[in-house]
Amino acid sequence: MKPGNPFVRMGHATLEGISRLGTATRFLLQILWRSGTSWRRFHLIVREIYSSGVLSLIIIVVSGLFVGMVLGLQGYQTLRTYGSAESLGVLVALSLVRELGPVVAALLFASRAGSAITAEVGLMKTTEQLQAMEMMAVDPMARIIAPRFWGGVISMPLLAAIFSMTGIYGGYMIGVRLLGVDDGAFWSQMQSAVDLRDDVVNGIIKSVVFGFVITLIALFEGYDAVPTAEGISRATTRTVVTSSLAILALDFVLTAFMFKGA
Amino acid sequence: MDRTLLDFWVGVFVAIGLAALFTLALKVSNADSFDQGKTYTVKASFNNIGGLKVRSPIKSAGVVVGRVSDIRFDNQTFEAVVDFRLSDKYQFPKDTSASIMTSGLLGEQYVALDAGGDSHNLKNGDTIRITQSAVVLENLISQFLYNKAADSPSQGNAGNAPNSGNAPAAGVKP
Repeated sequence: MKPGNPFVRMGHATLEGISRLGTATRFLLQILWRSGTSWRRFHLIVREIYSSGVLSLIIIVVSGLFVGMVLGLQGYQTLRTYGSAESLGVLVALSLVRELGPVVAALLFASRAGSAITAEVGLMKTTEQLQAMEMMAVDPMARIIAPRFWGGVISMPLLAAIFSMTGIYGGYMIGVRLLGVDDGAFWSQMQSAVDLRDDVVNGIIKSVVFGFVITLIALFEGYDAVPTAEGISRATTRTVVTSSLAILALDFVLTAFMFKGA
Repeated sequence: MDRTLLDFWVGVFVAIGLAALFTLALKVSNADSFDQGKTYTVKASFNNIGGLKVRSPIKSAGVVVGRVSDIRFDNQTFEAVVDFRLSDKYQFPKDTSASIMTSGLLGEQYVALDAGGDSHNLKNGDTIRITQSAVVLENLISQFLYNKAADSPSQGNAGNAPNSGNAPAAGVKP
């Protein structure tokens, strides 16, 4: 049997994929198992919240503002045709809180923080820092991997909430201040249409799931990278591509479960 | 980086994030005041509930006083049985009437309560006797066309026809 045979290649790719999935699952279980130490030494997690959360703040705020302003402009053009420009607040708030907030914030988080995590962990592996830690009886899972994981999981919902809030404020500036939608109608219609449990809480659940998945993918790709310069670059690319696809696919699945009745 | 400065920035970040979450919860959404407060449940049967849904608002004089908590179909009477969950802050007389209305021309449907004059108030588990179903636009139009058709051949004695024909369809309450 020649190795170039398409069936051989297909079978090899399938087995490879399943094996990586299994390794990633064991990796996740190991993280959860060893996170006790990192929670006891909380400053490790605080440091990671700084590098993945605080440093992503600027891009999240600026993108949120612009997404909200575009929603305000576009929504106003369409709603005015039906004489219901006062519903602009509903449109902006619902689309941000339900979909755009968690999803766009997660995509930005994957490319801003996820790629950084992969490159950092990959370089640590390439320069054999992880092995060196093991030699010194320091568990790299507890010292390096788990704090980054929890830092990402904590930062993501906060970033998504900030994104939604600045977006709504951007829509408010365009709609009310620039285009002259009534101030009271903007907020009151928004409040009567947006439900705390169905919309806001579901959006937060989405962003927690995304934070979990992005950080896990980024850490695994870095930990599993081929220890060369090229290997790190490939791992970083794979992190961004895989986590973006995972975000969009998971978003569809979560939305189908959350909003099936309404 | 200095540890205190790092802690400070993370603190600022978490504070902004939590503030955004609270704003979303309090200013953007309707944190339902009826879920926390005490409520009582009354029920009413309707021939036709139109587009009424669970969690639709119940208004009296335009003020939201409760929400629809359940909608069932009664197999004996072939009517829809609707449960109203009303806030304890609002008490209504026993002969209050409930009607299903539409907010605006194409808006959502809600239940309007018109208070009666009875000295006893509705209690938990009571039934509202006087109800009025949702207006079905097709029925209204066909009734109107039917009356028009009935009027047109004899113009002379058409004086009382619109009254007798329209009253049940539009269902105007005194």
